[in-house]
Amino acid sequence: MQFPILSALIFTPIVAGVVLLALPAEQKDWIRRVALAAAVLILLMAFKLYFSYDPGKGGYQFLEEAAWLPQFGISYKLGIDGISLPLVLLSGLVIFSGVLVSWNVEDRPREFFSFLMFLGASVLGVFCALDLFLLFFFFELAVFPKYLMIVVWGYPKTREYGGMKLTLYLFIGSVIALVGTLAVYFGSGLRTFDLLALEQAGFPIEFQRLWFPFVFLGFAILGGIFPFHSWAPDGHVAAPTAISMLLAGVEMKVGAFAALRVGIQLLPEGAQYWAPAILLLATINVVYGAFIAMVQTDFKYVIGFSSVSHMGLVLIGFATLNRDGLLGAGMQMFSHGVMTALFFAIVGMVYDRAHTREIGSLGGLVRKMPWAAVGFIIGGLVSMGMPGFSGFVSEIPVFMGAWQVAPLVSVVAILGILITAAYIFLVVRRVFFGEIPPELDQSVGDVSGKDKLVIGMLSLVMILLGWFPSLLTRLIEPGVHSIVALMGGGW
Amino acid sequence: MNSAFTPEMWRSLLPEIGLLILALVLLIFDLIWLKQPQQRGKWLGWMTSMGILVIMGIAAGFSVPQGEGSLEWGGMLRFDEAGFVFRMIFMSAAALTALFAIQHEALKKRGEFFALLLISTLGMNLMASAADLMLLFLAIETTSIPLYVMAGFLTRDDRSVEAGIKYFLFGAITSAVMLYGFSLIYGLTGTTQIYELKASFQSGNLPPGLAGLVILLVLVGFGFKISAAPFHFWAPDVYQGAPTPVAGFLSTASKAAGFAVLLRVFQITFADQSALWSVMIGLIAAASMLIGNYLALAQRSIKRLLAYSSIAHAGYILIGVAADSELGTLAVVYYLMAYLVTNLAAFGIVNLIENRVGTDEINALAGLNRRSASLGLAMLAAMLSLGGIPPFAGFFAKLLVFAAAVERGMIWLVLVGVFNAVVGLYYYLNVLKVIYLQPPPEEKIAAPTTTAWRVALWACMAGILLIGFWFAPWYSWAQAATSAIWVY
Repeated sequence: MQFPILSALIFTPIVAGVVLLALPAEQKDWIRRVALAAAVLILLMAFKLYFSYDPGKGGYQFLEEAAWLPQFGISYKLGIDGISLPLVLLSGLVIFSGVLVSWNVEDRPREFFSFLMFLGASVLGVFCALDLFLLFFFFELAVFPKYLMIVVWGYPKTREYGGMKLTLYLFIGSVIALVGTLAVYFGSGLRTFDLLALEQAGFPIEFQRLWFPFVFLGFAILGGIFPFHSWAPDGHVAAPTAISMLLAGVEMKVGAFAALRVGIQLLPEGAQYWAPAILLLATINVVYGAFIAMVQTDFKYVIGFSSVSHMGLVLIGFATLNRDGLLGAGMQMFSHGVMTALFFAIVGMVYDRAHTREIGSLGGLVRKMPWAAVGFIIGGLVSMGMPGFSGFVSEIPVFMGAWQVAPLVSVVAILGILITAAYIFLVVRRVFFGEIPPELDQSVGDVSGKDKLVIGMLSLVMILLGWFPSLLTRLIEPGVHSIVALMGGGW
Repeated sequence: MNSAFTPEMWRSLLPEIGLLILALVLLIFDLIWLKQPQQRGKWLGWMTSMGILVIMGIAAGFSVPQGEGSLEWGGMLRFDEAGFVFRMIFMSAAALTALFAIQHEALKKRGEFFALLLISTLGMNLMASAADLMLLFLAIETTSIPLYVMAGFLTRDDRSVEAGIKYFLFGAITSAVMLYGFSLIYGLTGTTQIYELKASFQSGNLPPGLAGLVILLVLVGFGFKISAAPFHFWAPDVYQGAPTPVAGFLSTASKAAGFAVLLRVFQITFADQSALWSVMIGLIAAASMLIGNYLALAQRSIKRLLAYSSIAHAGYILIGVAADSELGTLAVVYYLMAYLVTNLAAFGIVNLIENRVGTDEINALAGLNRRSASLGLAMLAAMLSLGGIPPFAGFFAKLLVFAAAVERGMIWLVLVGVFNAVVGLYYYLNVLKVIYLQPPPEEKIAAPTTTAWRVALWACMAGILLIGFWFAPWYSWAQAATSAIWVY
């Protein structure tokens, strides 16, 4: 029997979280070391998976299955395909970065790192689950770490509001998805939550059309779909840096991924029926998010709304239901995850040193923290889809896919990218260049070595992917292929 | 009718005999052992709890019903898996409550308290296995009368006395209405045997209007026991005024007993009227969820909050009854097990905090995480389990009741349920916010926890986690209870 690496991947953070809670609160150094050790282990296992997945064979690999509650059709079934593997890698990168940038958390680090680990376990579990119940179990596991981490360690002025808003929005989404999920369970007549079996269930077309919106929309709320996106900026801004990184970088992908895996893969004909509506909402996401980002005066809100805009591209990719669009969506999930994690990390670094996020009162920081400035510019170039960076290779397939079904969408979405370029340049100029305000001149210092490691690592990933997109496309292609095969023709 | 005693008859009554003996032993022990009143309370609590465990062990060893069950004692008692599982639920709750009571200054000094607890549990056991309306009524009264006394046990505390009287008045009125329903049943059919009544209630035998009236009258009594709207008005005041361990017992065991009779009478006697009562119970469920959750939002006392939340939970559980299916019954039993450990833990912690800080305001929990990290975590587990978040017990329980309703196509009820779950999560998270975010108060009043209290809390925590992700044993039990009810 092969080593159950997916279980090891999911249970590493769970065990670490429990161990952390058992440590004495004063042992802050040990607490950080345990968290870091777990994060490194997760990252290593994610890389191990990346290198041992066989794209030639495609499909779900590293399968594990154990009985959980057979009477109710629940099993503990894990496996990853080309769509979920990049997201597992993304989670590994962001959890590792999140631990590093939170190194200096002084208020109850034990609870902080423990909850961070539970959040990590939740996202990894969703990506690896091949049982609908298991997927849901992990999905909801994220509720309390998210809420408590925002409320306890977040930005004091808005944390109670932002944390509750985020949690309730996501919980509403998940209960709507739950109703749809249960309908799928009973509708299949198979009495099983096994995703692979349900994929083959062949639901009647009326059933698919009725229940698709429940499942897809329920999960897509976590993906930030318009008009249910407003939790994202408020929540992300209120959250502490590491949680903003995880929420925007990984959690939003959890929502999108679940919408794809449960919504589109189980109810493909429902997806075909509703695709135009999703496409419309997602296009609004792209353009509207970008416009709102442009008028923000708070550095972190700019990034918060840019996530809404970029997740719109992922959803456009889904709605095309064709090879190019889905490939682009898969790439964009990874690329945006890395990019937004980097953005939020840098925003956090700036705020920790300057104690303000008002764009108007910042300036000239390139002289004080060059690493942060360069990292932000790289992230910005990714975000506006500059060739040579991962954003380009993710956005182009999305636009190509959209062109095939609705050329107008491509045109409008590309306009959204123009606006993105505008607000990114605006922020870069005002925050990192120009005159440095005198009060910041004294107080602001350079970022720490760990921060540099985070900036360097995340930037490198985005550049590598920009030059060698095949690093990921070789995985995503076979995954997309099997989804398109379910569809039996696009729109 | 065979008048000779058979071993089966004794086996069917073994736990109740045990409880009665235990109660008598406790009373005698309390009388003759006058030294050191402080120590005595501890002894009494431990004796009650361990005694119940022994009885549970004996019951599990000797009085497990075989097959689909049988009628004993001249058709008075139904000896089946459903009765067995519910007995285990009540006795677990009583054992845990006895341990929690040791932490309560006023309760632990009085031997009567533990005897009353045992007698009330005995009544619940009989409620779960009664197969005759006469015995059922007696069992309900045997359960309720000790509970009235227990709610008003703190005679120096006005709120406790008020709670006792209020509980008594509500209980007496609803019992009377229910008894009127029973008498109508007898008048119409000439029998009080639940299983024989099934034939009389088959469609066509009774005018539908009259059957509906009878069902409504009976529902008043049962609705009071489970604190469902609109029979819930007593709950907040009683939970707040009653000694906290008693409130925990009321909200778990007493509610579970109500559901036990509700399931048996409605699924068996009124089986043919299910189209009618399914709608009635669906409406009551929706009303309970809405009233419970929305009023809980405004509460400042944690005990009142838990009371309203308990009304809301009655609503969630009623979804399973309204579904009128095997999965629905199973969901009810599973939910009751999950709710038992969760709510007992919550009330246990509140009891301790009340002792320390001297108030039941939610703010008394401020900074609990900093004062005692493990206590904060325990409250986190309890609140999230109530909110239905994995990996805690409440998640799967909620999922099961919603699944039961989806299976029957009662989508409106599911939607009401899931949106209420969101509202519920809001106030549970607010409690967590107070625990984790707010600074702890300056003064610290020392009130060391007793071993008994810690044991009971650990047991509840183990239950919350195990029911939360190790589903198989509890599911099988719930399934066994379900098939015993659905034999007919």
